[in-house]
Amino acid sequence: MNNRTALLEQAAAERVLVLDGAMGTMIQRHQLEEADFRGELFADHERPLKGNNDVLCLTRPDIIRGIHAEYLAAGADLVETNTFSATSIAQADYGLEDWAFRINEAAARVAREAADEAEARTGVPRFVAGALGPTNKTASLSPDVNRPGYRAITFEELVEAYSEQARGLIAGGADILLVETIFDTLNAKAALFAVEGVMADLACKLPIMISGTITDASGRTLSGQTTEAFLISLQHIPAFSIGLNCALGADQLTPFLEVMAREAPCRVSAYPNAGLPNELGDYDQGPEAMAAAVKPFLDRQWLNILGGCCGTTPDHIAALARVAAGATPRPLKPVVA
Amino acid sequence: MKTLQLAGLEPLNVTTESNFINIGERTNVTGSRRFARLIREGLYDEALAVAREQVEGGAQILDVNMDEGLIDGPVAMRTFLNLIAAEPDIARVPIMIDSSDFTVIEAGLQVLQGKGVVNSISLKAGEGEFLDQARRIRRYGAAVVVMAFDEQGQADTYERRIAICERAYGLLRGIGFPAQDIIFDPNVFPVATGMAEHRRNAIDFIEATRWIRTNLPGAHVSGGVSNVSFSFRGNPVVREAMHSAFLFHAIRAGMDLGIVNPTLLGVYDDIPADLLERVEDVLLDRRDDAAERLLEWADANGSAAARGPKEEAAWKQLPWRERIQHALVNGLTECIEDDAEAARVELGSPLAVIEGPLMDGMNEVGDRFGAGKMFLPQVVKSARVMKAAVAYLTPYLEAEKSGGKPAATVVLATVKGDVHDIGKNIVGVVLGCNGYRVVDLGVMVPKHEILDAAEREGADVIGLSGLITPSLEEMAEVAELMAERGMTQPLLIGGATTSRVHTAVKLAPRAPGVAVVHVNDASRAVPVVAQLVSDGQRGAFLAEVEADQTKVRTHYERDRAAKTLLPLDAARAAAWQPGSGPAPAPAQPGVHVFDHVPVATLRPLIDWGPFFQAWGLAGAYPRILQDEIVGEEARKVQADAEALLDRWAAGEHVRPCAAAGLFAARKVGPESVDVAGHRFEFLRQQLPQRDGIQRSLADALAEEDHIGCFATGVHGVEEWAAEQDDYASILAKAVGDRLAEALAEWLHREVRTRLWGYAPDEALSNEELIRERYAGIRPAPGYPACPDHEDKRAIWSLLDVEARLGMRLTETLAMTPAAAVSGYYFAHPDARYFAVGQIGGDQLSDYAERRGFEPARARKALAMNVDLA
Repeated sequence: MNNRTALLEQAAAERVLVLDGAMGTMIQRHQLEEADFRGELFADHERPLKGNNDVLCLTRPDIIRGIHAEYLAAGADLVETNTFSATSIAQADYGLEDWAFRINEAAARVAREAADEAEARTGVPRFVAGALGPTNKTASLSPDVNRPGYRAITFEELVEAYSEQARGLIAGGADILLVETIFDTLNAKAALFAVEGVMADLACKLPIMISGTITDASGRTLSGQTTEAFLISLQHIPAFSIGLNCALGADQLTPFLEVMAREAPCRVSAYPNAGLPNELGDYDQGPEAMAAAVKPFLDRQWLNILGGCCGTTPDHIAALARVAAGATPRPLKPVVA
Repeated sequence: MKTLQLAGLEPLNVTTESNFINIGERTNVTGSRRFARLIREGLYDEALAVAREQVEGGAQILDVNMDEGLIDGPVAMRTFLNLIAAEPDIARVPIMIDSSDFTVIEAGLQVLQGKGVVNSISLKAGEGEFLDQARRIRRYGAAVVVMAFDEQGQADTYERRIAICERAYGLLRGIGFPAQDIIFDPNVFPVATGMAEHRRNAIDFIEATRWIRTNLPGAHVSGGVSNVSFSFRGNPVVREAMHSAFLFHAIRAGMDLGIVNPTLLGVYDDIPADLLERVEDVLLDRRDDAAERLLEWADANGSAAARGPKEEAAWKQLPWRERIQHALVNGLTECIEDDAEAARVELGSPLAVIEGPLMDGMNEVGDRFGAGKMFLPQVVKSARVMKAAVAYLTPYLEAEKSGGKPAATVVLATVKGDVHDIGKNIVGVVLGCNGYRVVDLGVMVPKHEILDAAEREGADVIGLSGLITPSLEEMAEVAELMAERGMTQPLLIGGATTSRVHTAVKLAPRAPGVAVVHVNDASRAVPVVAQLVSDGQRGAFLAEVEADQTKVRTHYERDRAAKTLLPLDAARAAAWQPGSGPAPAPAQPGVHVFDHVPVATLRPLIDWGPFFQAWGLAGAYPRILQDEIVGEEARKVQADAEALLDRWAAGEHVRPCAAAGLFAARKVGPESVDVAGHRFEFLRQQLPQRDGIQRSLADALAEEDHIGCFATGVHGVEEWAAEQDDYASILAKAVGDRLAEALAEWLHREVRTRLWGYAPDEALSNEELIRERYAGIRPAPGYPACPDHEDKRAIWSLLDVEARLGMRLTETLAMTPAAAVSGYYFAHPDARYFAVGQIGGDQLSDYAERRGFEPARARKALAMNVDLA
């Protein structure tokens, strides 16, 4: 176990750790234009890049570093790299598939700088979670109803893309690898297959965080699994934590998080959205309301890691940090061989 | 001890309470000739029906085996498991990937999202391969069946069985394979074969099971039960009895999983006593003549062996209308053609079938999906049933139409900036299924391309999809552009963030003349499009949509006014509370005047963005200079501006001047600040804010604090402009405005670094200055954070602007010269710009009272902010 992992485990033993909030929401505030996304690097790129948030790690690192810094200042112990769509698969939509490694490396480095700065300033250890998103293709659903047996992506293609992403994140200095917003467990299995392979190749062992997404009131992932089935399907990974994020607000997450808290063999995380989007697609739940909504999770000792997803801001994270500060972390279940 | 847990879409926990886990065996080409034929001939629909029958019959795990010479194993395994994944009622159970070829196993593992079981690995080729395969399986997260098989061959005695299982267990535990994920198959072999060495086959299996469960903690035992009755093929009664009795004893010994055909399994207690006795004699090797006696019984009771077919599933007994509904909701294609035919005959028209029972079924699907009772893969399946029904009816439709007009065309696209297309693809397929011509433009499609394609393709309907929030604005722009181009096709809106309310409130009003219709989910697309392209129904439908949208807008506005605006008290309670105390006292308090700031000093600070906007040239600076359409014009006008600045910098034509004052400030109310006997009156946000903070500029000040104010202006611009032609005159004014703004930026920096001096070490580039990367703000009266211009009077008085700078305020509080800026300085590092937005009647009266205005005057000053509802 390296020093950073030891520090992380120690911190997690002492308190409920705070994960940062939404990146997209914060980037939107900057009202960036096509030119910002392109920078000089992609000034002549043939496709529009506006909306490709991940590329900002290369073209506007100042903004991404600033957002990390805001979350760290708000009390986040862990910041997620801005790499939700930084696989070659997702970047292919922008014609930037060849840049995946560099985007991930830059993203981890930018987060690393912000975290190190905050750690040096406050003396509280801060960690960089290298985020591996779901990609925009699903390995267990067909995009074509006429061909239900068809798949737009294979396990091997996913493993290759995720391996590249993991290598980039590790090269840039991530402390943790976080496979998140899992709406198709098969994609996640490929990501974790890749992560384990890369770590074995590099002879480095980073803690792994896993976070699934229950898409709606049916209580299932997009690919149809229940929370418990999701947990079982990934139980072969010796994860640092497993939990749920996105799609739902804290209130709607409750029954599914309860299953997690009851069944998970490792630490449990939750980073819900700031409520459900309103009819205009905006998230309305304010910091205090969200803090009040997650309080029961903490009171019941369901959580080890708490943060925010869509629609959350540094103000939300500051409010979550305040409620998390007094909370007792979920005890780890004794390990049975 | 942890227990074996498996998962398909749903979990399966193998515990002592779960008794016996039943593994379906009919989806196995080695065990079912019919299934093998279906796979060979590519009849996957029927092959899926076999799988469904197994699950409906009670199989808790599905064993899938594709090991046959004429079948491409990896391809068949992958294809069949992918197809199962699209059938939620099958995919809910875990899969057992059954093959003796590891490439087939790995192909299967790569398409399995749940936790399945590999069947099987063994020590046949030695420990190296065994462990490699086990490690590989572990990385895919599956459990494993280990056959009692080693380098010497298959274990066929009690001793060999337990020795091999013990050795395999030790090896697997040695590489960290979890004990509970190990399932031993100690080989079920046939009995009553007539060969003496087979007599103990069943009892040795049962005894080995008992030993494994006692001595290899956590491990499970499974077996292929039907093997045991191999000698009695063709005699289902005896076979069922043998299976039941074998299971009864093996389960008691600890066998907790088994591959069994549930349709070939009786109830132990229902086995006739004489048969049971003879069966158990064979299984437990109780008599030397056990096999002969069982054969005698079988010969004597041969006629009883034939059985009627099992009853059809109950739903098939329903009338066709209910059957169609059931088939659509459950995604079952097998009877849909017959039922569509029955419906067509009875209703007398194929169209009546589509618009009647089929659409009713799809609406039911839509309702259930909306209520969270169905999920996406099921809806996709329903669409497929719909397609099958429509395909069946199409020839009748065409016969009926005989030369009618061609199918309507629908153009679909995911808007620019968005790459999500699952929902759009589903809509495309569902519409395609219903006979429409669908032109799918893909994702990230710019608005011009969408509309160009719609015109080119002669679209009758345009459909837009988007999942992320920024897509909403993009959709609005498409709608707007349609109106501009005078296009009149209905525009359908769909996608996760879209809504009926958003469509009515934000989209429809921006496209007069275009019917913008929200489609709640894919299953609604067909009825909506059907009505839109039907000459008979379109009018009524659009009138209904219009009426509904008007209602939605009215409600929305009323709700907004009634509900969303916070009362002033509540807004004040949610005021921003800056963490730190008051700002440091100014280094140089009082008023500072700059009579003439050289143009050359200001040029680097010019923000050119608004300059181009003033000329109506759209685009961000500096990219605009390279813009294909306006780039040349932009470059020209900027060159003229630079030339003008050269002249102004060289001469005395214009005189930029400025004044800044730094004062003690005292809060005398939540939004009221006293500054040297003058009063600044601010406003507070009442629309609930995302972060829960209802801001007023006054919040940035402590009770006792400091504030600044300033005025900048450029003299001589109007005079210069008066002597020029139209173009040069506009140019001069636009450049003058930029100079006044640059001057405000320059002055603010003087204040931060020197005069107030709260940021003495600030080192920002010009670009960072223009992007406002500094601490503190300089809002101007009349702008969104402080929309009333009234405070300019206090600023003029505090700074004595008229005397010192020769700048005046007009009656309407405009400034002369026109190239001018005035405003406040707030030093708090977290102070930021915001928009006050709508305010309520309560704040309006409060504000009027604070100002000593008549309410009517306050209402006029704040016309843009007063809630008109």
